Amino acid sequence: MIRLTVNGQAHELDVPSYRTLLDCLRYDLGLTGSKEGCGVGVCGACTVLLDGKMISSCIALAVFADGREVTTVEGLAEDERLHPVQQAFMDAGGFQCGICTPGQVVAAKALLDAIPHPSEAEIKEWMLGNLCRCTGYYKIVESIQAAAGQARA
Amino acid sequence: MADAVATTQELRIVGQPIQRHDARDKVAAAMAYAGDFALPGMLHAFVLRSPYPSARIVKLDTQRAAAMPGVAVVLTARDVPKNTLSTDVPGQTTTVGPLRATLHVLAEDRVRHQGEPVALIAAETLEQARAATEAVDVEYAPLPSVFTTADALAPGAPAVHESGNLLAQWRIARGDVAAGFARAAVVVEGEYVTQFVDAAYLEPESGVAWIDSDGVITIRLSTQVIEHFRDVAEVLNVPQNRVRVIGTYLGGGFGGKEDVTVEVYLGLLALKTGRPVKMVWTRQESLLARAKRHPYRLKYRTGALATGEIVAQEIDLLADSGAYAYLSALVLLYSTVTAAGPYRAPNVSVVARVAYTNNPPTSAMRGFGAMQTVFGYESQMDRVARALGIDPVRVRAVNTLRRGDSLPVGQVMETHVAIPELARRAWAALGTPAAPRAPHVKVGRGLACNLQPYGRIVWLHDWSSAWIGFEMDGSLVVRCGAPDVGGGQASSLCQIASEVLGVPLDRIVVHVSDSALTPLSGTTTASRQLYMSGNAVLKAARELRAQLLTVAARLLDTDAEKLEMIDGAVHAPDARTLSLRSLLVECARASVPRSHLGVYHAPAGEPVDLNAGAGKVFPDYTFGAHAAEVEVDTETGEVRVLKYAAAHDVGRAINPQSVEGQIQGGAVQGLGYGLMEDVVVEDGINLTTSFATYLIPTAADVPDVEAIVVESGEGLGPFNARGIGEPPIGPPAAAVANAIEDATGARMTRLPITAERVARALGLVTE
Repeated sequence: MIRLTVNGQAHELDVPSYRTLLDCLRYDLGLTGSKEGCGVGVCGACTVLLDGKMISSCIALAVFADGREVTTVEGLAEDERLHPVQQAFMDAGGFQCGICTPGQVVAAKALLDAIPHPSEAEIKEWMLGNLCRCTGYYKIVESIQAAAGQARA
Repeated sequence: MADAVATTQELRIVGQPIQRHDARDKVAAAMAYAGDFALPGMLHAFVLRSPYPSARIVKLDTQRAAAMPGVAVVLTARDVPKNTLSTDVPGQTTTVGPLRATLHVLAEDRVRHQGEPVALIAAETLEQARAATEAVDVEYAPLPSVFTTADALAPGAPAVHESGNLLAQWRIARGDVAAGFARAAVVVEGEYVTQFVDAAYLEPESGVAWIDSDGVITIRLSTQVIEHFRDVAEVLNVPQNRVRVIGTYLGGGFGGKEDVTVEVYLGLLALKTGRPVKMVWTRQESLLARAKRHPYRLKYRTGALATGEIVAQEIDLLADSGAYAYLSALVLLYSTVTAAGPYRAPNVSVVARVAYTNNPPTSAMRGFGAMQTVFGYESQMDRVARALGIDPVRVRAVNTLRRGDSLPVGQVMETHVAIPELARRAWAALGTPAAPRAPHVKVGRGLACNLQPYGRIVWLHDWSSAWIGFEMDGSLVVRCGAPDVGGGQASSLCQIASEVLGVPLDRIVVHVSDSALTPLSGTTTASRQLYMSGNAVLKAARELRAQLLTVAARLLDTDAEKLEMIDGAVHAPDARTLSLRSLLVECARASVPRSHLGVYHAPAGEPVDLNAGAGKVFPDYTFGAHAAEVEVDTETGEVRVLKYAAAHDVGRAINPQSVEGQIQGGAVQGLGYGLMEDVVVEDGINLTTSFATYLIPTAADVPDVEAIVVESGEGLGPFNARGIGEPPIGPPAAAVANAIEDATGARMTRLPITAERVARALGLVTE
């Protein structure tokens, strides 16, 4: 039995010890926003925040989150109002197929929490763990800069 | 960034960088992708795959696996009603005869590549399905095998298929090649080698199938081709109208979801168990078993006059099909047609062959055979320029095809070929050259141009259909079978309908990609969807508009031609308006339909005999020019792209934001191909089955790609658009190779251009 808080809501769950946090979110809690792109923690599609810190939920066990607080992409918007990072990805077209987008916006939120006004190099360095096959990253970087209140240099 | 185009009609919606209708769902993670879907009582399925690249199956016993906890069914080839699946061209209703490719749904007595499916298991949980897969009792006896195209075509080579290892060949000859070389001031020879790469979409192959209440086998999956419902029906031996494919918004396709993926397996398992079934391939399976891009060996011999004018080309192409045909013969056809590039080639011979091996199968991937050839013809073009001391932009301008000129295959260029302008603009966009940041770092620049067909081969008689209808409140519904692979395909259709019918975008809903409920539109491949379905929507919208305006003209007592539809109302020249609601009520009363089905047929033609070398193969082409500035560390061989500009003539940008996205994303995929991506296959064994070993570009690896959108107004698509899905992936590898030679004098001829290969070329590594 584990107790964890996901997007502000407390849960008590019986999970096998081998259950990944990602599978727990997707299958036990029905939160399918986080995606499995690689299963080995290198593509970033499963990025969530654990006590505010960015992790790959596909290589974290659900038991590891016991007693802790998880924020997923579903927890970013407040009611109908999108998080500023989500709004920026929408406005700047920082997505195409959208499958990596949940991970991108969670990672970008973590970046701006840690470094409110990142340089372009800092953005690229932080985001290198979030693969995107569609955009070539240009509009993703642009979206993050917009969310940070910066125009692209 | 888009250039203005003089046009007789004023556009309100088309040409605007509108926010796509799927934007909010995607950033808020509300989009239900194929793998996000679930049904009550659903089984989970897994595929047992061959560990051997070539072997006889001597024993296959499923008894123990079938008795495992939770297992609902275990299927082998014996359980498949029709185990041989023959496809012509996915999604097409015409046949291509000798190009018909066949494969086995599940291996029968023999496996021909590592990862070939052998059995299917469905169980209550995924863990149970995987455990049962381990319990299938299967014994293999390895067979002789071939892993290179040279070995495959050598006399006495082990046959991958009974028909022999030469799968297809094309030949083109035009003019007098020997006489051309005799006139040449310079002759340049090069041999180039390209590698296997993977589509590497972030969403693996996935779907859910169930038997719907009306008995229709329904499969909801990520696919570029909903018309595979016909293939599922063939394999299951049921009528085609008993299978329905619902295509989800894809998490990327890039050609890798053009052939069948999970749909046949899901259909089989749902039919055998009567229960909903889900199958999601792991990344490992996807990298192991999905078709790759064809590795090529390209030999070029090019003769040019002192002016840079090319007077002779001798080209020999050899591609690796892997263990099955899939679309290899057609990929090779694209290579053959584009082998000399967007340039005049009065004296040319092209010999192109593709061979079976026991490597992973190869098939469609963005660029589709017109990609590998760019590395050949643009490396050659640069070497010609260098040998003659001619500027890279000028040598291309000298040779560019003009309207009325012919490709080697005999197809006459009917639209503008903007190569000189594109090359000039891409080159100029690099700006002031960067100063080397250290004495051992060299900086150089390279240019590469390309042509890429858009639309299907003309003898496939391609068509698309779309239905548009008004609801009584004036809101609009668009139905079109087109799968949306992420490029904004569905959103562009809304833009076109909005433009013609004057309905605001937020009053339009679009339904796509359902073989039962949306009119069929063909595949989202071959850079054809905006061209084909855009035209179908345009046709439907214009005809619907004409229907409605006849009624409006009567109500307003004026001529229909004088009326405009803007912002949900009909406007007369004297400023009187008629609301859409009133008009629709009147249409209902007068028995005038409020909907229309538009069918667009592409210009069709008869099959071309390539050997005879005369005729039209593709409807039209999209042209591009990319320029790169790179730095090369001459102590380590490391290459870094500092600046990158990519220019394409898109005819017209329906949504400039989407067009820029295609160009930037395609260029970065092309840079991955040029510099890092490599499916490493040793003796048929794939060593790169994880994203930890198959590396694609990250945000930190790539330069800012400046997208230069040129609008000539010359395309065959709606509002004169050209296809832009595939074209931007073609030039990067050659542009970078040309820049490396500019920086260091070393000519890189093998992809990917890794630091190690550059170091060897620079003589830093000698053994």
